Amino acid sequence: MSVIVYTEAAKGKIRKNSLEAVTYAAAIAAKVGGEVVAVIDAAVDAALHADLGKAGAQKVLTVNHASLSSGDARAWAAVMEQVAQAHGAKVVVFSHDLAGKDIAPRVAVRLKAGIVAGAVDFPTIDGGKFEVRKTAFSGKATAVYSINSDVKVITLLPNSIPVGASGAAVSGSSFDAKLDGVSSGVTIKERKTRQSTTVPLPEAELVVSAGRGLKAPENWGIVEDLATALGATTACSRPVADMHWRPHHEHVGQTGVAIRPNLYIAIGISGAIQHLAGVNGSKTIVVINNDKEAPFFKAADYGVVGDAFEILPKLTEAVKKFKASQN
Amino acid sequence: MKILVCISSVPDTTTKIAFVNENREFSKQGVQFIINPYDEWYALVRALELKEAKGSGQVTLFHVGLAENEAIIRKGLAIGADDAVRVDADPGDAYFVAQQIAAYAAGKGYDLILVGKETIDYNSSMVGGMVAELMNLPYVSMASKLDVAGAEITAECDIDGGTAVVTCAAPAVISCQKGMAEARIPNMRGIMAARTKPLETVQVLDNSTLTKVENYRLNEGRQAVKMIDAGSMDELVRLLHEEAKVI
Repeated sequence: MSVIVYTEAAKGKIRKNSLEAVTYAAAIAAKVGGEVVAVIDAAVDAALHADLGKAGAQKVLTVNHASLSSGDARAWAAVMEQVAQAHGAKVVVFSHDLAGKDIAPRVAVRLKAGIVAGAVDFPTIDGGKFEVRKTAFSGKATAVYSINSDVKVITLLPNSIPVGASGAAVSGSSFDAKLDGVSSGVTIKERKTRQSTTVPLPEAELVVSAGRGLKAPENWGIVEDLATALGATTACSRPVADMHWRPHHEHVGQTGVAIRPNLYIAIGISGAIQHLAGVNGSKTIVVINNDKEAPFFKAADYGVVGDAFEILPKLTEAVKKFKASQN
Repeated sequence: MKILVCISSVPDTTTKIAFVNENREFSKQGVQFIINPYDEWYALVRALELKEAKGSGQVTLFHVGLAENEAIIRKGLAIGADDAVRVDADPGDAYFVAQQIAAYAAGKGYDLILVGKETIDYNSSMVGGMVAELMNLPYVSMASKLDVAGAEITAECDIDGGTAVVTCAAPAVISCQKGMAEARIPNMRGIMAARTKPLETVQVLDNSTLTKVENYRLNEGRQAVKMIDAGSMDELVRLLHEEAKVI
């Protein structure tokens, strides 16, 4: 019996999303018994496996195949299916990120396993009961799901749980997957990756976001200064992306990226419900707006009424002073 | 070119929601239902654009839902779809819906099966991948561009930290998101034509669901906002550190 987890590395580290998924799997294994098996591309530096152990994995299985390194979702689904069968998996865990959204539904079909996509906290496991909570209706409600199949698949929403650090050493071995003729049929012709030194938005814990209240794209310097001082990632509202003031990948909200950072600072964003739908999972929300009637204040923890062009430089200074005092 | 566009019925984002039957059921009373925006704005409109560019083809709407949902199907027809199919059942879970799509589409010669990137009520993003796996078809998840030349499909989709240009052979399943097309508003001619376009009702093929919502609860709003004076940014930083503990 086991709980198996799909994991990835990027930029020389195990991805935080993967560590969260391992932590989640460890909590399930503690209830249902069995070991936590992390599955990872054999091309990833084996020295990083220790981090999977720290998060709660007992075993790391490496899989070596060209189509896996290129991210072929059907090949990965076949690997997860085969590992699940070989290890008698009761639960298969993914992060609800791009890879999880692509691979997990395929694994659910292959194993005929019930899936809850986008879990927001640890499941309730009690005897035969296995309940998973996820957010529904634009963050307005929580739905409690039961999964009726013997094998269960769960994708975990990023930034929903803290990464565990109490795990021990892992044992590594390679898994011989049968992948002859298994291919998604999709060929990647070109990758257009952005050069960025900040944490990507879906994983970011601190986000500084601005909207039309900034008046023009050339005014974003004060937003970036605050983000840099905090070590935060920048985001924007839909109108700002639609007017091409900021790139589309920065757009957070219902049609853009949905995020749930620890801190979301919204500057000059009125707080339309479609925007809130993408950010209301944030732990703490700070709203800065010159209109004291802006609806966003009702969804905020802290509010500041005033001119962003005066407030932001002061806030940036205050953050710098605080950071200096922490050193 | 034959395109199947899968549409879901979802409550409008601005709708106030409530639950009944000891919080086991979503209350439909007074709720404005719409076509899931990703299905309508991107999947359906791009399907129409591809058909128009080619000068021939058929765009069919596919919906799993009860008869009360015919209004939103008619809206899809008014926007320009040629015909529609409704599976007469409550949509159950993603697996249930995917099975209906795969069973209906099998052997009918669709070049493309389009779905929205996720629904705005449950945001699961699962149906497209399931259909692809059930039908053993290529699947492009989170596509923001889509073109078809002969039997070759080219799409642009999200990858970590950027986008990728990908190709696959038709038929394929594509999940559609912003960037692929611009929303269309049905005109009077479309609305009139929609009344007489074919809307076929088919019976459910497999009733199995693997998950079930046991109950719902409304999420509590935040505590009352704490207003900070614009001149007290040191205080805001202190609160974020000591009270909210986020920096």
